[in-house]
Amino acid sequence: MRLFDPHIHMTSRTTDDYEAMRAAGIRAVVEPSFWLGQPRTSPASFLDYFDSLLGWEPFRAAQHDIAHHCTLALNPKEANDPRCVPVLDELPRYLVKDQVVAVGEIGYDSMTSAEDTALAAQLQLAADHGLPALVHTPHRDKLAGLRRTLDAVRESALPMDRVLVDHLNETTVKEAKDSGCWLGFSVYPVTKMDERRMVAILRAYGPEKVLVNSAADWGRSDPLKTRRVADLMLAEGFTEDDVDRVLWRNPVAFYGLSGRLDLEVTPPEATHEGNSLLRGGE
Amino acid sequence: MTHSPATGTGPEFTPDVLRDHLDSHLHPAARAWLRQALDEATANSGSGWELRVAEAGRRCGSRHADAARVLILYAAHADPATLARLYHQGSAAERRAVLCALPHLVPGPDAIPLVEDALRTNDTRLLAAALGPYAARHLDAHSWRHAVLKCLFTGVPVDAVAGLAARGRGDAELARMLADYAAERTAADRPVPADLYRVLDLAAEDFEADHPHGKES
Repeated sequence: MRLFDPHIHMTSRTTDDYEAMRAAGIRAVVEPSFWLGQPRTSPASFLDYFDSLLGWEPFRAAQHDIAHHCTLALNPKEANDPRCVPVLDELPRYLVKDQVVAVGEIGYDSMTSAEDTALAAQLQLAADHGLPALVHTPHRDKLAGLRRTLDAVRESALPMDRVLVDHLNETTVKEAKDSGCWLGFSVYPVTKMDERRMVAILRAYGPEKVLVNSAADWGRSDPLKTRRVADLMLAEGFTEDDVDRVLWRNPVAFYGLSGRLDLEVTPPEATHEGNSLLRGGE
Repeated sequence: MTHSPATGTGPEFTPDVLRDHLDSHLHPAARAWLRQALDEATANSGSGWELRVAEAGRRCGSRHADAARVLILYAAHADPATLARLYHQGSAAERRAVLCALPHLVPGPDAIPLVEDALRTNDTRLLAAALGPYAARHLDAHSWRHAVLKCLFTGVPVDAVAGLAARGRGDAELARMLADYAAERTAADRPVPADLYRVLDLAAEDFEADHPHGKES
């Protein structure tokens, strides 16, 4: 079984997690930039974080034979802090990087006008850089948040089929699916979706354009939720091809829209065996 | 370690060798892209070519990205200020390419802060790239010894250290550090890296007779 977790915050996870993930079949992850629990107070703090998502974290992942890509953005929550907003000016030079496969997480948290501005600006950045967008939907007032999100996308230069709307559930899936966007579901131990409800949604709406993720981070979450959904799908009568479609081919297709998805992992030790220009020649 | 020009590694590779290698290994679209990127870099008007360094991975494939990036830096004759900017604004892969290009582009020690920055990381790919001929030529003795020791700590083969024999031979201080590290490993009942004894043999050569106070540079 090959699995792709299309939304997981590995920065917050341990090497034990990486080991367990690889053993469970997870071969590729996408790490969206988000807030860190502790609010940031300056753009510089974002830049170090972005550099980490482009440097140290892929290196850690490669040690466990997992391909690591990222999505970069000013997240909705911190879009409300004027001290953080100037990071939008720095994003263009980051969005050209090879490992960046989408702009994200963008979207709404409290649905403020500052969030409107940041969302519109970053949808435009995605269009300008040939990238799809990963759009978070709010925890509170979710259906209204989804509608406002879809409106913002429709008003933007980015086509709906280059947008993954995440954290969907029973109340938002239908309108999201009708819009033509990609459908993301986060499976959590206590909040968001669980495995059983996820399988019910797959049965009701089908696997087309559906992505399932663990969204594991520093909160109560489980980096093996993609595997648990796969196991329950099989137990409930879905085929292995269905599992492969939802948990591998769909994320590969969505992030592949960037033209930058490279699932070949170079283990750190292999760089000493002559396939990389490592040691600095003259 | 294989120093094969065909794979773009080793101290003997030159712009011509790299270009021939990429010409014969890249698929036609990537080759055309690289040719244009090199023309842009050679013209070096404005900073547009710097974007080509960033996107070289997806244009040429991760296997050839390092070689393509280094070649672009050569074509632009990037100066130390430009290299520093590209390094600090680069992903890990871009930083590696900057480090690899240093011996060819920077005659003096101006770029040593970049090497020191890379040596502070624990990313073995950056560590290995930092310890090329440029570091062999310009890194001060204390930093160089710590870099060798860090290779042993992090599992970077010491073959990645350019000029190891020339700089390490008879280095009494390095020999002491290695012997202490071996003793610490042994006391902890842990294996001593095989590479350690190779370097220790080198560092211990002749130093008692010829260099009673150790070698300082």
